Amino acid sequence: MRLFGAVVVQLLHVALMFAAAPLLIGLIRTAKARLLGRRGPPPWQPYRDLLRLFAKRPVIADSATPLFRAAPWVALAATAAAIALVPSFAGGMLFGRAADLLVIAGLLGLARVAQALAALDAGTAFGGLGASREMAFAAFAEPALLLSVLIFAMLVGTTNLDAIAAVFRDVPPGLRVSLGLVAIAVLAVAVAENARIPVDNPATHLELTMVHEAGLLEYSGPDLALWDFQAALKLLLWLSLIGALFVPFGMAPAGSTPLAWIGGLIAWAAKVGVLALGLAAFEVSIAKMRVFRVTEFLGAALLLALLAAVFLFVSTGLA
Amino acid sequence: MLTVLALIVAALAALAVPAVALRRAGLVHAATAVLCALGLLTALAGLIAGGDRVSLALPFGLPWTGMVLAVDPLSLWFLLIVFVSGTAASVYALDDPPAPERAGAILTPYPVFLAAMALTLLAGDGFTLLLGFELMSLASWALVLARPEDPESRRAGALYLGMAGLGGACLIPVFGLLAAPGVDLRFDAIRAAPPEGLAAMAVMALTVIGAGSKAGLAPLHVWLPLAHPAAPSHVSALMSAAMTKVALYVLIRILFDLAGPTAPIWWSAPLLVLGAASAVLGALRANLETDTKVVLACSTVENIGLIAVALGLALAFRATDQGPVAALALSAGLLHALNHGFIKTLLFLGAGAIQHGGGSRVLDRLGGLANRMPWTTAGVLIAAASAASLPPLNGFAGEWLLLQSVLAAPRVGLLAFQIAVALVAALLALAVALAAAAMVRLVGVALLGRPRTPRAAGAMEVSRPARLAMAGLAVGCVVAGLLPGPLLVLLEPATRMLVNGGIAANAGWLVIRPGIGQPGYAPLLMMALLLAVCVGIAWLLRRHAPAGVLRGPAWACGFIAPPPHLPFGDPASQYGAGSMAQPLRRMLAPAVAAREVVDMPRPGETRPARHVAIWSDPAWTYLFIPLMRLRDLGADRADILRGFTIRRTLALVFATLVLLLAIIALWEQR
Repeated sequence: MRLFGAVVVQLLHVALMFAAAPLLIGLIRTAKARLLGRRGPPPWQPYRDLLRLFAKRPVIADSATPLFRAAPWVALAATAAAIALVPSFAGGMLFGRAADLLVIAGLLGLARVAQALAALDAGTAFGGLGASREMAFAAFAEPALLLSVLIFAMLVGTTNLDAIAAVFRDVPPGLRVSLGLVAIAVLAVAVAENARIPVDNPATHLELTMVHEAGLLEYSGPDLALWDFQAALKLLLWLSLIGALFVPFGMAPAGSTPLAWIGGLIAWAAKVGVLALGLAAFEVSIAKMRVFRVTEFLGAALLLALLAAVFLFVSTGLA
Repeated sequence: MLTVLALIVAALAALAVPAVALRRAGLVHAATAVLCALGLLTALAGLIAGGDRVSLALPFGLPWTGMVLAVDPLSLWFLLIVFVSGTAASVYALDDPPAPERAGAILTPYPVFLAAMALTLLAGDGFTLLLGFELMSLASWALVLARPEDPESRRAGALYLGMAGLGGACLIPVFGLLAAPGVDLRFDAIRAAPPEGLAAMAVMALTVIGAGSKAGLAPLHVWLPLAHPAAPSHVSALMSAAMTKVALYVLIRILFDLAGPTAPIWWSAPLLVLGAASAVLGALRANLETDTKVVLACSTVENIGLIAVALGLALAFRATDQGPVAALALSAGLLHALNHGFIKTLLFLGAGAIQHGGGSRVLDRLGGLANRMPWTTAGVLIAAASAASLPPLNGFAGEWLLLQSVLAAPRVGLLAFQIAVALVAALLALAVALAAAAMVRLVGVALLGRPRTPRAAGAMEVSRPARLAMAGLAVGCVVAGLLPGPLLVLLEPATRMLVNGGIAANAGWLVIRPGIGQPGYAPLLMMALLLAVCVGIAWLLRRHAPAGVLRGPAWACGFIAPPPHLPFGDPASQYGAGSMAQPLRRMLAPAVAAREVVDMPRPGETRPARHVAIWSDPAWTYLFIPLMRLRDLGADRADILRGFTIRRTLALVFATLVLLLAIIALWEQR
């Protein structure tokens, strides 16, 4: 019975993630437009865009290799596999025991490498710009992320996301300085990983923002739709991840009833909604920074995570 | 089993003699391939049998003890690495004969090199180990010098010989210090009387310098990016994938086994510091170098750094009596050693294939090979993804275990150690991400994009044996990535012997776990998930699939159609090796003293303006160049001696003699 529940939760979770990802992008766009005093498109516009793109015939550069068509599939598969591991409304999913934070980071790395290679494939300057910068930013984001994982591994004794969320939900750790610092670090990493302002601007793809979108410039039709969907899934993944790590409250525990799932669903929607609105407000209130300032942005995240680790060592050493 | 292995070593060594006379590359390589494959099977069988230490005393060697051969699970594990690499390299070379005038220069040392590596691993006494180690250095030096007419090759050979000399000069005194009473160099005797106090410290320091310089630990890694690429590609593969591992074996054998079970915790410090430094420096240099094989050699420095960190952690855990975690760290190191053996052999063979098919080793003369060399591309892509530690391939499995053992390190409890480990963790993550960037750059510039030269545009796929070797290694990368559990079970006897703990209980067919009962990493499940997502989405989209694709010129916001004289467009209008490196070079400029110089012509001058990016390895700047200055200074000073008159020379000789006699007299008095 418990296994059956786990299977159902897992399937519902994946279906929910796939269905909700474009809506999240639409919501953020609408919120940003409203904050800027525009009316903006309706929140369901991304679904229309995806359907339109899926129906089009792709145009591919002469110089492209078979890797060009395969890359969006690899990236989407990796992102979807990662999001299947991040709990949303209920813990104890079928793959919960495999939801290792390092594995999730590895899967996101696979998607990133696929995208960088695809960007280089057509042999254009824009693609190269995007690929080289994307990989360079990752070099600064990964250490901050690993140190954050180190903090959780010290507090909970495992790097399994499901276990961390369950422990924090049942035994709230209280206000810890380390967790606060780590939260800031993870938020900064999430902003960089999802190519949001101030690291990159998702709304344009020209001179000012030559990172994520520049890599996708050669894509059209269904392939582009796959990439857009992948980006939406990745954003939803990060928001769910932050929710599961720092505010796991309201999430239905493992083996709970469908009634508890509904409560968990409302809590998850509220968490992601607040984070999305926060992201929209943050994006309209700040300007994109120069490419080489991103180092300082992510370097600050790294230092905060390091500081959090030192605080934790000192406090556990004293206790 | 030991007899079989000893016979294989003897046969490999004996092969050098007919190789001189025969000069038939195919025959020699076929013979080494068969012998290595036999060795591979024997080592694998030995590991599966999980036997204890077996030794064999031979009637020759040192007059008072003879020569002792021995195998135990640790040496079997490293034999596996050497023979995997050796088999693949030999098969690759089957259909790639060297030029006739060089045949002897390559074919003679090649089997000796393989035999010497295996002999080092089979050694049961200090003398045999040193013999194998030095023979390995000498044979590989001869292979580095395979093109003596090339000044780069000569420079690499000279530096390599110097570093090999340093390694020998450090390891010989190590065994002098380790020797049991009565100058007994047999490992059993050394184990019975491990060194203590100052002698143990000296053993540790000299081993880290001696074996570390051979393995490529910073700051003694500078020879590696010069020497490894200078050899023929299949030899480069062996040097990078197998020889560095033999050096690590010597390090493990001395520090974990011969120096006794009571190493203090600070012994881990040099390994952690040098390992983290090598990892970051190697990965960063791999992003800056412009030659495919140099990039790969730098990536080896990075991986050796990762393994050294794992070994350092294992020492620290063992010193604080945490057997299970020590086993985790040591298993991570040993597993990554094997995985890196697969990856780096495949990458170097791929670089050889690229050089053969695309006509160059220089990244900026390649490009667009993926369409013309599909086999090579597939192999290099798998190995590069593995080296970038992407799940579910084998590079990720080892690095996952390594990071898990780093995350367990705060349990040691010393505040200074905890903070150091947090820094090491950050550096490792940086190195892993930099390695991924380097692999993207390597694949993206060499294989993808548009051809940068006519030669690259007319590239051809390599011969069938070479393809077979690469395919075999690629399968190895995937299988080792999907099934790390059985491999961990195979290496458990080694960890049990060295740190008195094992993680076989946590390593199943499906999942590997950092501790008993903990959640873990399930590579097969990840693979299944990836496939399921692809199939699921394709099924969802089955109605939407539009008919066919349209091919056209690249868009790039308005790319002009290529002119007739440049069928692939201007090759310079895409990203190359230098431009891919630019963000990281600028962001991490202080680490490699990178700067950019704009050289503007004055008004009226007709030369073009130049923008030059300069960087240098800190090990050269802060260690080797000052040392060379010191050497030159010493040589200048010593030059005075040549101007001495006969009287002064005689007086000097006499004074030296008196001084030496005085020292001996004082020594006797003590």
